Amino acid sequence: MGIASEALKNFKGFNLKNLPDVEPLSPGHRACQGCGEVLALRLAMKAIGTNVVVCSATGCMEIITTPFPQTAWRVPWIHVAFENAAAVVAGVESAYKVLNRKGIIKQPDTVFVAYGGDGATADIGIQALSGAMERGHNFLYMCFDNEAYMNTGIQRSSSTPYGAMTTTSPPGKMSIGQSTWKKDLPSIAVAHNIPYVATASPAYPVDLMNKAKKAVMVPGPAYLHIYSPCPTGWRCGIDESIEVAKLAVQSKVFPLYEVIDGVYYLSRKVAKPKAVADYFKPQRRFRHLTEADIKKIQERVDADYEALLKKCVEPEKKEKEIKGTEMSVRLDGA
Amino acid sequence: MKPAVLTGEHFITGDIACAEGALAAGCLFFAGYPITPATEIAEHMSSRLPDVGGTFIQMEDEIAAMAAVLGASCAGVKSMTATSGPGFSLMMENLGLGICTETPCVVVNVQRAGPSTGLPTLGAQGDMMQARWGSHGHYEIIALAPDSPQELFHQTITAFNLSEIYRVPVLVMTDEVTGHLSERVVIPEASKIPLRSRPRPTGRKDRYKPFQPGPDGVPPMAIAGEGYGIHVTGLTHDERGYPVMTAEAQADMLRRLTEKIRRNVRDIVLTESYRLEDADVAVVSYGVSARSSLAAVDEAREMGIRAGLLRLITVWPFPEEEIRALARKVRALVTVEINLGQVHLEVERCCGGRVPAFLVGNAGGTVIPPESILEVFKSI
Repeated sequence: MGIASEALKNFKGFNLKNLPDVEPLSPGHRACQGCGEVLALRLAMKAIGTNVVVCSATGCMEIITTPFPQTAWRVPWIHVAFENAAAVVAGVESAYKVLNRKGIIKQPDTVFVAYGGDGATADIGIQALSGAMERGHNFLYMCFDNEAYMNTGIQRSSSTPYGAMTTTSPPGKMSIGQSTWKKDLPSIAVAHNIPYVATASPAYPVDLMNKAKKAVMVPGPAYLHIYSPCPTGWRCGIDESIEVAKLAVQSKVFPLYEVIDGVYYLSRKVAKPKAVADYFKPQRRFRHLTEADIKKIQERVDADYEALLKKCVEPEKKEKEIKGTEMSVRLDGA
Repeated sequence: MKPAVLTGEHFITGDIACAEGALAAGCLFFAGYPITPATEIAEHMSSRLPDVGGTFIQMEDEIAAMAAVLGASCAGVKSMTATSGPGFSLMMENLGLGICTETPCVVVNVQRAGPSTGLPTLGAQGDMMQARWGSHGHYEIIALAPDSPQELFHQTITAFNLSEIYRVPVLVMTDEVTGHLSERVVIPEASKIPLRSRPRPTGRKDRYKPFQPGPDGVPPMAIAGEGYGIHVTGLTHDERGYPVMTAEAQADMLRRLTEKIRRNVRDIVLTESYRLEDADVAVVSYGVSARSSLAAVDEAREMGIRAGLLRLITVWPFPEEEIRALARKVRALVTVEINLGQVHLEVERCCGGRVPAFLVGNAGGTVIPPESILEVFKSI
């Protein structure tokens, strides 16, 4: 049994009846209407609890949760530069080790969380993240992926999906929009051989909370990639975030899975997948795409999903491997 | 293809004027990274460059943006990037590489208040000393400080020309206020815009020494791949471009890198005088602060105070002679800038104790009100 499976063997999981009352991220922040990212952040923090130090990269979640007097954080929180959340959290975690070792504090259970958007994670901060994962610090890194630089006004990132319109990937005669395929960050995290990697979505809140909790329970680095709908940047309705997030999973665009000790487990099998076109429809960032473009994207999505399925072990096997671990699939309903 | 020079009258922001200036100067490569308040330059370049046959790349961070600009320039294309404080800090190592390897390029800094993340959406002029000394080691650099969208257009062209002539990165040190200010910008006909290109080698390709200076101290620059032997390094190097790890080689290289700017200060430095003929108090200012200063000078004149303004269009190399001449003429100098005294230190140095030098500054986040300049006038 790997170290993550070992740490998680008695994990019972959350369900709709035993959700934690704590709100480490309080209401009263300045997020845009319909922000799916802050919803995901709140859920993750509820699961993680209050015995935590949080390091925040520059980005939407930093800006909207902090300006005085609406500061929304009820746990220790440090805003760092754009590129270094994972490096700063490495320092924090190391300092706690020293303080515990020297007997200055007795807080061996404090957990360390760094988070950033897709720009802070996939682009400018990937070096710091890779270093921290490779060194094996005991921390959780959460990437809130809204698929562009929303804080500065919707510029493309390497996590922007192929074809999407942003202000620096403008579609037109010379360009389809974003001309590259989305960087596969979870796979990059997996390649560091860390004990826990997962994808999550605020459309599946219990699943998201279970994954956040598991991620801080495993010793060593954990990486959570969280789909974060952005009505402002995606040009969808402010009441459609969760709908779009669901469609992303149901259309296989954003599959939910876990990688525990290097073994892939699908969290949610998509039995009757919806078309990518259905997922694109509510979002004006894809409006310019032709049928041929969408067909090409559909083919890629299908192929990526098939490749993921091939990597995943069967659910039965999963139950055998991590006995006692409540499966997020069952907890989630829907 | 659309024209690179959009001749005509426009009502645009400073950021857009800057991007249009770059295109008019022949810039065909932009590598950037989103950062308030400079993002609009990147956004505009991302839609305009493909129209003129150029390339825009959004990089993974500002370190990469600056590096890509150097690479593109080595390959023979006029290149630029634009950023603000935090990104400017990340660019510093590669800026030094550009200075050491004498790679022409333009870096625009739309200044916001720092340190660190600071006030992302509010202006400042707090990076002026970073522009001078931000990269490690001793060097000379050129930095311009335009005071309007119109001048951002023109000075971006000037920046390209100076970088090509002297083979040095040139900094356009504007600020959030000017970058986001919408004003009339007149773009002249393409034929009326003087453009310069880097000196090019003419001799035998096998005899070419990439860092053998011409008579003006600037080495002709071959394009990587056209047949000349090129060896470029950030290590201390000789005229062949090969690393030489001695104090003598270091002295030779640094002498040339600094002298090519210092010897040509007269040709590089641009200033503008306003009502200085009979002034006995002179303001020294630049960028958006020069606009506040101009208003203060006019108001002072109405009150009977003989004030004048020396506006620095070039801040680095510092217009020492102009300041020294002023210090011989007036009773006092007043530096106006949105920081707590950076260019002021240079003004004070050039006064040499001859006349008092005052500072009107603030920590950033707002422009200097003319009233606070007037108050200092009255106290002198």
